[in-house]
Amino acid sequence: MSTTLTTTAGQREAAPARPAYRVTGRRVLRAEWAKLWSLRSTWITLGLGLLFLVAFGLIAATRYRSGIGSGRMDRDFARSTAVSLSLFGTNFAQLALGVLGVLVTAGEYSTGVIRSTMAAVPRRLPVLWSKAAVFGTVALVLGTAGAFVAFVFGSRILSGTPAALGLSHSGVVRSLLGAGLYLGLVAVIGIALGALLRSVAGGISVLVATLMLIPGLVTLLPTSWQSDISPYLPSNAGQSMFALTQDAGALSPADGLLVFLGWTVLALAGAAYRLVRSDV
Amino acid sequence: MIEAQQLTKRYGEKTAVDGLDFTVRPGTVTGFLGPNGAGKSTTMRMIVGLDAPTSGSVTVNGRRYAQHRAPLQEVGALLEAKSVHPGRSAHNHLKALALTHGIPGRRVDEVIELAGLGSVARKRAGAFSLGMGQRLGIAAALLGDPHTVMLDEPVNGLDPEGVLWIRNLLTQLASEGRTVFVSSHLMSEMALVADHLIVVGRGRLLADTTVRDLIRETGGDTVKVATADPARLRDVLAGPDVVVTGRVGSEELQVTGLTAREIGLKAAEHGIALFELSARTVSLEDAFMELTRDAVEYHGTTGVESLGRPA
Repeated sequence: MSTTLTTTAGQREAAPARPAYRVTGRRVLRAEWAKLWSLRSTWITLGLGLLFLVAFGLIAATRYRSGIGSGRMDRDFARSTAVSLSLFGTNFAQLALGVLGVLVTAGEYSTGVIRSTMAAVPRRLPVLWSKAAVFGTVALVLGTAGAFVAFVFGSRILSGTPAALGLSHSGVVRSLLGAGLYLGLVAVIGIALGALLRSVAGGISVLVATLMLIPGLVTLLPTSWQSDISPYLPSNAGQSMFALTQDAGALSPADGLLVFLGWTVLALAGAAYRLVRSDV
Repeated sequence: MIEAQQLTKRYGEKTAVDGLDFTVRPGTVTGFLGPNGAGKSTTMRMIVGLDAPTSGSVTVNGRRYAQHRAPLQEVGALLEAKSVHPGRSAHNHLKALALTHGIPGRRVDEVIELAGLGSVARKRAGAFSLGMGQRLGIAAALLGDPHTVMLDEPVNGLDPEGVLWIRNLLTQLASEGRTVFVSSHLMSEMALVADHLIVVGRGRLLADTTVRDLIRETGGDTVKVATADPARLRDVLAGPDVVVTGRVGSEELQVTGLTAREIGLKAAEHGIALFELSARTVSLEDAFMELTRDAVEYHGTTGVESLGRPA
């Protein structure tokens, strides 16, 4: 017993008193996870995103049902399915998640935390990858869960109508998973835009323009160009990922995923380039 | 140990740091002094890799900062005061930094106590005063128990108690054998804590010296003595570090290396009558002004006349 004590004491003196710390990829990931959840804005924005996703889906389903009941159906609604109706909220949820993504990166520049962050991880890139992985995963899980919840309750509202579908119906699960994946990737694009532009306002503007404005602007182009360009735009390629049936000219779900993944990688590459090349 | 070699940073046309060569050694407090816009902050940002040098290099303990496995254990830096998210608590801010290095949670609590933030650690940092923000920045700098501590204008915004705390902290860190590098534009503040001084102006090195040498070079610590018997007084005062000057035939002598008190006592001991005995101290502030006069970036137009020169 006494010998054990002396050796430990002896070792303590011999060994350097300083513990050997080290930055690793996993630790940066844990740090980014802790940073994400330690802000109130994360909880609020994620809550809003989930609310938009579920509530707007249910509202759309209710509107459809009352339209059927009264016999006066909007033409927009005529071809709806339980999937398209319950995923109606995706458009709004993507804004919440994309904006939060921009805040996660650009917010560090506007508040100055980026200096602490980069002093702790001077190799820089692990921070970008970790932010994208952490927040992309959170958005993917939240988006997938929200899509399933919206569909399950939406199809109860729609049961007995022409739009009614069950989870076992072919393509339904694929669509819902596609919607979750789409929201996860939108979150990563938000992260990338925030890191690329280093400005919250700039990041949000570009995000909104990419997802919502550009598809409208493309209609100004000559028709022959439209059909060549339009399906490959981020928003349209993304829509193809979770649409149950594809419009003429739209990409298949798999191609939509590939194209949208391509846009995500492009945005991340731009962000990585700027992060490595320019001063913090 | 921080070593800069021909360290240069240009922003377009403007050269912020211009070929700096210096070494900051462990075991002492080194002051980094210069007027506003002299390039102090830019230099410090290059040391921790936030800015890349245009040319030249700077290393910490022999390696570039980014090449260290545990950077926070090498250099703890306080840069601009606000590098904290206003919505995050002090505790969570420090914890996130600690997680990147695998620094245990008890070290986070330790530095919070050390910085005197115990009562506010769980509050949002956005509600912090400037002084509390500085304390949090210093807590973050000490988190990794670093070999080198680098603080940019640490006393900014601190109350007198905080200023005293910083002074004691810096001296203690240096006595533990750490490299302590502190910037300031206030000579008086530096004089109280720093042993070594690196003075810059317009991005260039103006002096790399000790506080004592700087005062001596600029003619401080001279005592003027007038006596009936200058020749005898010279003999009486003579010593290894004592320099006595004076014109032949004049009653006046200039003495460096002895205080007025010591001169008075020695003269009394030998029964030499003194007519005048006055210490002429050049303040460090004057020495600093003299050194940086041509390197001041922003002149006040209604300032002291000697400062009004076009730079």
